[in-house]
Amino acid sequence: MAVISRGFGSRRRESDDSLPPGQYLTKDFPVLSAGPTPRIDTADWEFSITNETGVVSRWNWEQLHALPIEDIDTDIHCVTRWSKLGTNWRGVSLDTLFKDVDTVYEHTMAHCYGGYTTNIPLADLLDGKAWIAFDFDGEDLDPEHGGPARLLVPHLYFWKSAKWIKGLQMLPQDQPGFWEQNGYNMYGDPWQEQRYW
Amino acid sequence: MTATVASVHPETASARSLTIDVPGWRGNIAGQHVDVRLTAEDGYQAVRSYSLASSGPGATLQLAVDRLPDGEVSPYLVDDVLPGDQLEIRGPLGGWFVWEPSLAGSVQLIAGGSGIVPLMAMIRSRAASASTSPFRLLYSVRNPDDVFFRAELETPTPGLEVTWAYTRATPTGWPRPTGRVTGDDLSAHCFPASENPAVFVCGPTGFVEAVANALVLLGHDPARVKTERFGGA
Repeated sequence: MAVISRGFGSRRRESDDSLPPGQYLTKDFPVLSAGPTPRIDTADWEFSITNETGVVSRWNWEQLHALPIEDIDTDIHCVTRWSKLGTNWRGVSLDTLFKDVDTVYEHTMAHCYGGYTTNIPLADLLDGKAWIAFDFDGEDLDPEHGGPARLLVPHLYFWKSAKWIKGLQMLPQDQPGFWEQNGYNMYGDPWQEQRYW
Repeated sequence: MTATVASVHPETASARSLTIDVPGWRGNIAGQHVDVRLTAEDGYQAVRSYSLASSGPGATLQLAVDRLPDGEVSPYLVDDVLPGDQLEIRGPLGGWFVWEPSLAGSVQLIAGGSGIVPLMAMIRSRAASASTSPFRLLYSVRNPDDVFFRAELETPTPGLEVTWAYTRATPTGWPRPTGRVTGDDLSAHCFPASENPAVFVCGPTGFVEAVANALVLLGHDPARVKTERFGGA
């Protein structure tokens, strides 16, 4: 039985079925980062996928933009409890990027410029569930929000949508990334409220 | 865990600190936060995260909360809650933005507004320990009335240097003009990059973004600069 906080509840927000449990709606786009924002010139940017035999699939900025670009309309949910509904992104599907990647491994570690890491099962990156995104609301993605390009995996808490994405490493087993070593859940499903250890 | 409010203390016109007793609390490291859960009489619940201003093994914790104008939890904690009221907390949470007395070396703290709270926990943790790590705090506030923990920070502490920066109004005769913290302020008052200090920056997003970028330009290793941001972009 929950403890009642006397007199609480007069300023409550409207509930919304689009919100996972424990989330509230924001119109802002808050920034959460563990350190300074890295600055990456698109001339130097590249994204790679490395499989178990060390084969590297690599795309520079022009090569990424030569691939089919999708419009993504999605809700996003941050573990710090804000959610933003109906956000608009453009990016390249991970299905496209994984098309010629030969792997039997089922786990990945995302590596980023600046050193951030996060772990994601491969299945959560495929079947139209994840993108390398470089455009938010019709503008180039801000460095504060992960530009020039970030991973976008909106069905998981947003720390999994790694900013300043640099590459994906295939792994035989699940391993914790940065926040997963610092108290946050290995998987991070907002609908199951998988926030912490 | 059930927490009972022991005392409340105004910090500024829009903020106050709460001392809460949490039987069974197993202690926390300076810089960690808790989730506070409030339940209304009809069962409605809301949860928000707040940094702790306290650390160590005790079961008495301190939060300091700034009122967000359109918030639903912070106005309750700042305006309504009274000693004896109960709430629920979960934690301690967070293993990154933390300082422990066992860490050697210089520590640079840079706070904007209520971003002082987790940094205050670090200052208190150092004071309560045998640590001789030199600390510096650069604390940016809008006006002299917006300072949290003023009396405590104005009490001279060996090994802790405090520098104040005012962005809108200064005390009478204050030498530094009003304005946001700049690279020049960081050069003048912070440990230099050559000392490789551990740097903790906490405050609103715009403040943290500007300070962290300036630190990197001054040569600080980005891996030594830990940030915690709050508020909308």
